[in-house]
Amino acid sequence: MKHISLTLAACLVGTVALAGETAPKEVVYDEYGAVETSLSGVAGDAASGALLVGDKSKGNCVACHQVSALADVPFHGEIGPSLDGAADRWNEAELRGLVANAKKTFEGTMMPAFYKVDGYIRPGDAYTGKAGAEPLPPILTAQEIEDVVAFLATLKED
Amino acid sequence: MNNKAITAIAMALALPVAAYAEADDDTLVVNEEIEMVTKAAAPAHLADTLDEVMSGWHFRSDETQALQMDDFDNPAMVFVDQAMDTWTTVEGSAEKSCASCHDDVEDSMAGVRAVYPKWNEAAGEVRTLAMQINDCRENQMGAEKWKYTGGKMSAMEALISVQSRGMPVNVAIDGPVQSTWEQGKELYYTRTGQLELSCANCHEDNYGNMIRADHLSQGQINGFPVYRLKNTKLNTAHARFKGCVRDTRAETYSPGSAEFVALELYVASRGNGLSVEAPSVRN
Ligand code: HEC
Ligand code: HEC
Repeated sequence: MKHISLTLAACLVGTVALAGETAPKEVVYDEYGAVETSLSGVAGDAASGALLVGDKSKGNCVACHQVSALADVPFHGEIGPSLDGAADRWNEAELRGLVANAKKTFEGTMMPAFYKVDGYIRPGDAYTGKAGAEPLPPILTAQEIEDVVAFLATLKED
Repeated sequence: MNNKAITAIAMALALPVAAYAEADDDTLVVNEEIEMVTKAAAPAHLADTLDEVMSGWHFRSDETQALQMDDFDNPAMVFVDQAMDTWTTVEGSAEKSCASCHDDVEDSMAGVRAVYPKWNEAAGEVRTLAMQINDCRENQMGAEKWKYTGGKMSAMEALISVQSRGMPVNVAIDGPVQSTWEQGKELYYTRTGQLELSCANCHEDNYGNMIRADHLSQGQINGFPVYRLKNTKLNTAHARFKGCVRDTRAETYSPGSAEFVALELYVASRGNGLSVEAPSVRN
């Protein structure tokens, strides 16, 4: 019991990974920014991924991207490209890399890295405006990334 | 080069099209009298990045825009009236009011807002309007400082700004302020917080675009302090900066800090040529 709660606490601060999970700093990106191996070791769930993409306090991907499949979520942004057909353009490994840290695919992109914990300038404690101590918890957990990737993999047009 | 790399490059080039400003073409005339310059050729120091600078007014809805076109509709004017009372109220150990030294605000403060922040030779520092107001309170009146982003301060800034409405913003960027200006510029382009976003990401590269429900403007401060319908009060530039930095999941700077003073100078200079519009109205 004690051991489990310690492990959970460690996971919450984003430093230690669950068994079968790849910690943010251990993720291997290939030279084009793709990530071959599942971050959680557990298959992603597209339905929960869809919620994460629309949720303001989670992925909030729609802040920047339009997604026709999420037409019921109000207000889609225009900063990044529409995600419609994303799965026609990118395979699963590439999508995983894009969500975990898009800067490995698009150098200098405005898209935030969702599975990164340090190397920030003035890291904050979420949206409080107060200082946060690195390593920060990643914005999305390993399983949440897998869920988002599973959802993106459903976005096909052809 | 393999196919993936080509795709990546093609997307990087093709997709985030340079900011196309969906600013409208309306014209802003306040009280059917003051013709505001709300679009102007970008000042020379921005020549590499922007052709035109635009007031945040252009990015708001027709309803919100209308509130700024007549002082009877502008909710900020209540605070200007309050500050008018403060102007003549004696306070502090020296038993003086603002008017004791500056007489009629309409004469003495005309043109002041347009050139702030500016260098104060005696103090050897760059001063914002808020810093100057507090210096007067402490050292001329022997009164308490006001909170940097508080209601008394924002109202007084609004009253002083009104005396410059329609005049072009014209802050100096060289001479003794140059190093502060450079520092502000550096801050403007620094990507902060866990979202790794800079002011420029949103307000230079993406003005005109929607970010979720918000229509991004150029983040100009010629209209500050602004009345926001969202919180029904006057908001200072530093409070706005703080909110924007917080939204990058960063540790913010404090209002009145050296960093925000430098940032204010730099952001103000990006609006050189636009009319002083304060107090303006935003959602
Ligand atoms: C702050 C803005 C922003 C946010 C938030 C954001 N993105 Fe992006 N995204 C971009 C931009 C900009 C690009 C284009 C890449 C480039 O050239 O910079 C992009 C590219 C992509 C691409 C590849 C483009 C394609 O073919 O569709 C995918 C997939 C993607 N984003 C998914 C996501 C997901 C999933 C989330 C949330 C977990 C997300 N984005 C959050 C800005 C953002
Ligand atoms: C994640 C995006 C984002 C970043 C980064 C950002 N802002 Fe903003 N900012 C906004 C949004 C959204 C608004 C409200 C709509 C508008 O006026 O653009 C806003 C509004 C403003 C305004 C009010 C403009 C007006 O006319 O009322 C100012 C000034 C401003 N920002 C300055 C800054 C500065 C300075 C920085 C960097 C320290 C910054 N912003 C960083 C999103 C951002």
